[in-house]
Amino acid sequence: MSLRILRPGLLTTVQDLGRFGYQQDGIIVSGAMDAQALRVANLLVGNPETAAGLEITLLGPRIRFEADHFMALTGAHLSPTLNGQPVADNRAVWVAAGTELAFGPAVAGCRSYLAVAGGVAVPLVLGSRSTYLRASFGGHEGRALRAGDVLPVGKPSTIGSGLMQLLEQPKAAWTAASFTPGPALCPRPPYRPVLRAVRGPEYGQFSAESQQAFWQEPFTITPAADRMGYRLSGPPLMRHEEAELLSSAVTFGTVQVPAGGQPIVLGADHQTTGGYPRLALVISVDWPALAQAAPGQQLRFREVSVREAQALVAAREQAVAGLRRGMETVFGR
Amino acid sequence: MSVAPPLPALPPVRLFPLGDAAVVLEFGSAISPATHAAIAAFSARLAARPFVGLREAVPAFTTLTVYYDPWRASEHGRHPEPYERVATQLQLLLAETPATAATAAAQVVEIPVCYGGAFGPDLAFVAQHSGLSLEEVIALHTAPEYLVHMIGFAPGFPYLGGLDARLATPRRPQPRPLVAAGAVGIAGPQTGIYSLPTPGGWQLIGRTPLRLFNPEWAAPSRLRAGQRLRLVAISEEEFEQQPQP
Repeated sequence: MSLRILRPGLLTTVQDLGRFGYQQDGIIVSGAMDAQALRVANLLVGNPETAAGLEITLLGPRIRFEADHFMALTGAHLSPTLNGQPVADNRAVWVAAGTELAFGPAVAGCRSYLAVAGGVAVPLVLGSRSTYLRASFGGHEGRALRAGDVLPVGKPSTIGSGLMQLLEQPKAAWTAASFTPGPALCPRPPYRPVLRAVRGPEYGQFSAESQQAFWQEPFTITPAADRMGYRLSGPPLMRHEEAELLSSAVTFGTVQVPAGGQPIVLGADHQTTGGYPRLALVISVDWPALAQAAPGQQLRFREVSVREAQALVAAREQAVAGLRRGMETVFGR
Repeated sequence: MSVAPPLPALPPVRLFPLGDAAVVLEFGSAISPATHAAIAAFSARLAARPFVGLREAVPAFTTLTVYYDPWRASEHGRHPEPYERVATQLQLLLAETPATAATAAAQVVEIPVCYGGAFGPDLAFVAQHSGLSLEEVIALHTAPEYLVHMIGFAPGFPYLGGLDARLATPRRPQPRPLVAAGAVGIAGPQTGIYSLPTPGGWQLIGRTPLRLFNPEWAAPSRLRAGQRLRLVAISEEEFEQQPQP
């Protein structure tokens, strides 16, 4: 059971939901930028949500399935094909040994997730299979995938193997399941996302004009945008207090503003601590929309309260639980 | 007439949310040994008495940031306001945390450092900036018992408190594209040790042969917040002879 990387694509890495518990040692969380997409892909193939998959960025890889496998693609729509035939994303697909997965133009979003039944079985490092590129550990040899890499795949769950048997066709290269979760679980990445955010600890240090501009004006994602964070360009955001801050913890979604006034929104590979003023924090249900936005795209921010943000988390978790229960009920026996 | 309580309570702590999945506890506004001790005492208490949904807690100079899963903290929807619930639980824990925790015997960690030469290309600049000789810089840098305030910037990178004020030197105007692991640097009033080869703008005055970080160690960072350490000057020969763990 393995995947062979024929071409690596722009940046393809092994990720799970992140490495928690070691930020006090300076070790970043990492994990999928669009963790929600990876969770759904895993559920579709009967995996635990925490299984490792591949994060595929803009220009997809070419991958050969070395045995019969069961896969799902979620997140960005990067025009995936199996043996040259277009394949739908957001659904479970049985693939025969030797079938090749490739990608075409990025139609919507920029990060796609490949889950395989059994999960990508690279070793756990400090409790996670996520790739920590800068420290060169985790994932596959601590680096982005290269041509020739062979990734081990674990044993499918009862749900996964049951579904595989249902879909398997002796003479076909692949068969897609007919069911797909609704748009609540598989949203099409928006082209001009409006990211909801709560005020950050240093919000009050910014001038009234800057606060207003932040909520009202569009910001453009500059080419300096990667898994660590996105530099944005827009109206300058200035503080009326220029007090130096002591470094303190930061999170995914933190909008920090260096002295120049151009904000940076932090991503999954953010450093554990930072010393820039934190103007706002993108709420966690909108991290996927941030993860799917690419350089050149415009973003807007809209203010919500912590209470609203947490109610949205509850709604999302209920939707995920619904999918999980559905898979267990229909295919788990 | 009243009797002083045997264990004084912590000074007032400010709580505020950091997004929808973290809360900051601010123990003071300036770097101080008392603030540091309070953070350490509370971190130990929290580790011993975790609340439902706790993910991890990250100490910094004056704060402890507590990360939580709002859905788990709400016990899957039973409590509709996870932030309030977490904040209340933290307040209760704060109220019962004594200001001085029983800390382990204050063992001082010794870190060997080879100063100057190829290992410390900015030693001369620091000496010039502070109006001291190279030897005086080394003597002042190895004199204090430093406190590890926090690990951050990179895995295992210690931010050390206790640098002699005469050695404070601004960062380099242009960061170096690559600083070697083990490089010992100064940035303003801070001193620290690079744990990984990374870009960096600190003034480099020496290097330790010790590895500070290894993901295969059970505790991946050699140093932890709250430890005390001393830097011990070694020669180039001693640097080369240090076994790599």
